[in-house]
Amino acid sequence: MRVLLALLKKEFRQIRRNRVLAMMIVMLPVIQLTILPLAADYELKHIKLGIIDDDHSTLSQELTNKIMSSGYFNLVDVGQSYTQGLEQIERDKVDLLLEIPSQFSQNLHKKGTESLSISANAINGVKANVGSVYLTQILQSYNVEMLHKLIPETMYANSGAILTSSRYLFNDNLKYPPFMVPGILALLVTMIGGYMSSLNVVKEKEMGTIEQINVSPIKKYQFILGKLIPFLIIGFVVFSIGLFIVARGVYGIVPRGSYLLIYSYLFIYLIAILGFGLLLSSFAETQQQSMSITFFFMMIFILMSGLFTPIQSMPEWAQWIAAFNPVTYFIKVMRMVVLKGSTFMDIRRYYLIMVAFGIVLNTLAIWRYKKTID
Amino acid sequence: MEPIIFTKNLTKKFGDFIAVNNISFSVEKGEIFGFLGANGAGKTTAMKMLCGLLVPTSGLGKVAGYDISTQSDSIKRRIGYMSQKFSLYEDLTVRENMQFFGGIYGLRNKEIQKKIEYYHDLWSNNEMFDGLVGSLPLGWKQKVAFATAMMHDPDIVFLDEPTGGVDPIVRRQFWELIYKASDQGTTIFVTTHYMDEAEYCNRVSIMVDGEIAAMDSPKNLKIAYHTDTMDDVFYQLARKAQRSETV
Repeated sequence: MRVLLALLKKEFRQIRRNRVLAMMIVMLPVIQLTILPLAADYELKHIKLGIIDDDHSTLSQELTNKIMSSGYFNLVDVGQSYTQGLEQIERDKVDLLLEIPSQFSQNLHKKGTESLSISANAINGVKANVGSVYLTQILQSYNVEMLHKLIPETMYANSGAILTSSRYLFNDNLKYPPFMVPGILALLVTMIGGYMSSLNVVKEKEMGTIEQINVSPIKKYQFILGKLIPFLIIGFVVFSIGLFIVARGVYGIVPRGSYLLIYSYLFIYLIAILGFGLLLSSFAETQQQSMSITFFFMMIFILMSGLFTPIQSMPEWAQWIAAFNPVTYFIKVMRMVVLKGSTFMDIRRYYLIMVAFGIVLNTLAIWRYKKTID
Repeated sequence: MEPIIFTKNLTKKFGDFIAVNNISFSVEKGEIFGFLGANGAGKTTAMKMLCGLLVPTSGLGKVAGYDISTQSDSIKRRIGYMSQKFSLYEDLTVRENMQFFGGIYGLRNKEIQKKIEYYHDLWSNNEMFDGLVGSLPLGWKQKVAFATAMMHDPDIVFLDEPTGGVDPIVRRQFWELIYKASDQGTTIFVTTHYMDEAEYCNRVSIMVDGEIAAMDSPKNLKIAYHTDTMDDVFYQLARKAQRSETV
C-alpha cells in the first residue's frame, strides 16, 4: 500500500506541474466537444445548384421557386445550355445540374408526362447522392401538388397513392448534436486515455527513470496500478466536463438514462483503454514511436467505431474489426443511455464485453511490462 | 564468510555478440570494488545482470546470498543502483525524489524524513531540497542520485560511472560520500574511467572484450605490470582490445 501511495503521489505531483497537460484536461473537452458536433453534421446545405431553364414558362419558374424555398440549395448561374452547365461542373462551380427541357409546360399539359434530367458532380459522393435525393423529393412533392391541381379531388382520392409519414424516435427533430455529442465525448476520453497512458510510460523509458524503478522491489501490478489510477481520475474529469458543461450547458443534452450507469460503464471502459495504452507503451522506446503506434490504432478506432457511419452498413470484414474495437461499445452505450434511457439490462451484453476487454488488455500489459530483460 | 557478490562463468550474449564472457569473481562485504574497462568492454552489462535488470545467458551469480537468475526480486530489496544515465525525475524536487524512491522501497514517512535530514545536515544546502532536480548543476544531480540510491540502506550499492562528466572538486566530494557509505558497512561496486578513482578502491578488476583481464588491489597491479600508475596498467591491458566502442 505504501508503495502504491508513493507511486500515486509522484504521478499527481508531475501532472500538477505539467501546465500543458492541465490545460488539455480542461480545454480539450470544452473546445473540441463544442466545435466538433457542429462540423460533424450530415445535413447538407448550400448545395450549389445550376438550373438550365429551356422552357421559360410560369410552370418552370414555379418549380425553380419551389426548389429554392427548400433552403438546401444555392442557385448558381450556369448559362443557357447543358454544355455550358457541364463546364461549370468540371470547374467545380456546381454540384448539381437540373435541366428543364423546352416545352416542359406544354408537354406536361398535353401528354401529362415529362422528364427532367439531373446531373450530379460525384467528386464528393455524399453531396451528389444526398443532393439528388433532396432534389428528387422536392420534384415528387411538386408532382403531387400538380396532380392535385389537374385532377379532380374525387379521382385523386381514388388513385390509391401511398403516402408515408415518418416519426423519429428518441430524437424528435432529427438533430445532429444529441446523436454526435455522446459519441464524440466517448472518443475524446479514448484519445486522452490512450495517448496519455502510453506516452507517460514511454517518457519514463526515455528519461531512464524506469530503470531506477525496475531495480527496486516494486511489483508489476503495483506499477501498472500506479499508472492506471491517475489517468482513470483524469478520464473522469474530462468526461464530466464534457457531459455537464458542454453536452448539458451548450447543447442542452440531458441523459435520459441513469448517471450511475454511464459512470460505471466509463469506469470499466477507462480501465480497458488505459490498459491498452500501457500495452502499446511496451512496444515503443521513444515518445515519437509511441505517438505513431497510438495514432495508428486511434485512426482505426475512430473510423471503425460507428461514430460517423453505421456499423451495419460496413462490409463483413469491417464489422469484425468494429466488433474488436472497444470504442464501438462505448459509443453504442453512450447513445443508448443518453438518448434512449436504456437500463443495465439493455446494455448488459456490452458490459460483459468491456469487462473482458479490461481483463485481457491489462493482463497483457502486465505480462509485457518486463522488469528484467532477457 | 561468504562473499557478498560471487560469480562463476557468468556470460551474456546478445545474438552472436558475447557482451560478457565467462567472468568469475567475488567481492567481500564492505569492500570498495572498482570495475574498470574501456567503453564497450561489458561493464554495464555485467552490472545489470548483478542488479537483476538482465537475465544471464549462462553461468552462476549470487548477490547478497540470492541467485541472480531466480531470486532477482530478493536481490532488489538489498541493493541500491545508480545508472550511468541520470535517472531522477527532473520535474520533481530533490525532496520529492527522495520521498518517491524511499516510498517504493516501502519506507515509512518517518524513515524517509530522517534520511532527508541526514543529507540536509551533510550538505547544509537547504534551498536545494525544494528546487526541481532539473535545474540543479550536474555535480549536485549526481550527489542527489547517490543519496536516493542509498535511501533504503542497501547492503550493496552499484554505481555505474557515477562521476562521468563532473569536475574534479565534485568528484572528490562524491568519493567522500562513497567512503562514508563504506564506513557504515555498505559494499561499493563502482565502474569508472578515471584512473585516479581506481586508486581509491580496495580492489579493481579490469575488463577487456567481455572478459576480466586482471583483478587485484591497485598496489599489486602496479607491481605486476611494472609501473607506478594505474593509468599505465589500464593502458597495457586495454590496448589489447579487439572490440570497437559499439556497446
